[in-house]
Amino acid sequence: MVTVEIPADMELVYKRPQSLTETHTHYCPGCTHGIIHRLIAEVIDELGIRERTIGIAPVGCSVLAYYYFNMDFAEAAHGRAPAMATGIKRVSPDRVVFTYQGDGDLAAIGTAEIIQAANRGELFTTIFVNNAIYGMTGGQMAPTTLPGQVTTSSPTGRDVETAGFPMKMAELLAVLPGAAYVTRQAVFDPRGIHRTRAAIKLAFQTQLAELGFSLVEVLSTCNTNWHMGVVEALEWAKKHMVAYYPLGDTKVSDGVRALMETR
Amino acid sequence: MAKGMVLIDEDRCKGCGLCVTVCPQHILRLAEDRFNTKGYRPVEVVAPEACTGCALCATICPDVVFTVYRRKRPPQPAAVAA
Repeated sequence: MVTVEIPADMELVYKRPQSLTETHTHYCPGCTHGIIHRLIAEVIDELGIRERTIGIAPVGCSVLAYYYFNMDFAEAAHGRAPAMATGIKRVSPDRVVFTYQGDGDLAAIGTAEIIQAANRGELFTTIFVNNAIYGMTGGQMAPTTLPGQVTTSSPTGRDVETAGFPMKMAELLAVLPGAAYVTRQAVFDPRGIHRTRAAIKLAFQTQLAELGFSLVEVLSTCNTNWHMGVVEALEWAKKHMVAYYPLGDTKVSDGVRALMETR
Repeated sequence: MAKGMVLIDEDRCKGCGLCVTVCPQHILRLAEDRFNTKGYRPVEVVAPEACTGCALCATICPDVVFTVYRRKRPPQPAAVAA
């Protein structure tokens, strides 16, 4: 261990958030899951809610998220994180509850759970990571895969005639009365990362103020299964994903708007 | 004198190079002569004196490799009342 002298006139501007454990992640090099984990941890630190936060891990690449977050965590069956979060939040309303779900988890097998939970206005927060593919199982077509996108199960590209169009979850959930705050952000560059962090913070504040269901969809990459370099994947995502999945808030209830104005 | 300073937790680095692409001072690169315990070429600072402590590297790093320090601003002279 090398110790480095920090000059006395230097101040700390960034360090590892307390809400992350020291465990090294299993994610591929350049995977944006790591960035999103860190943003959630930073927000939880900033709001001072780590001791009373319970996360729900999904099935997918982020199935091991409970190793990386330094707080109470539960593991849900595939797609069932919103159902589990509902139970935990209703039994312990003083806890801050969030689910962390990928697009295969939330938009395929778990579509019913997320729609019903949002419609009931459950007071938990969902972080929905959309990278347009099934990462863990080897790059198959997901409900969010873009038209024409090549995957292992759509080798000639997604055919919308047979597979339908990619599902826009942020727009779909926004029309439900129980949803208070729904937004779509992207972590493709530092500016997007800062905006995503602000959105995650607002989502947790929505829950703390008991205004209703909150969800942040985060556009993400999967350079491994997209068969691209790390930087190339970010560029591809900026060009193609953002074109289909527009960024911004799709639902801001009056209560959340008032919250935004006080910030 | 450098305005900023980064500490690099080398063994966390997976050599993805995202930090190299966002550093406005272009002072980061992946090591060419060595590997870390994971078997990746870790990021290193080429010109520490040019670091401004902007923390963009830490902002984009998926593996929380960086700890960032910035030189405190010297006390500003008190504003003169108009």
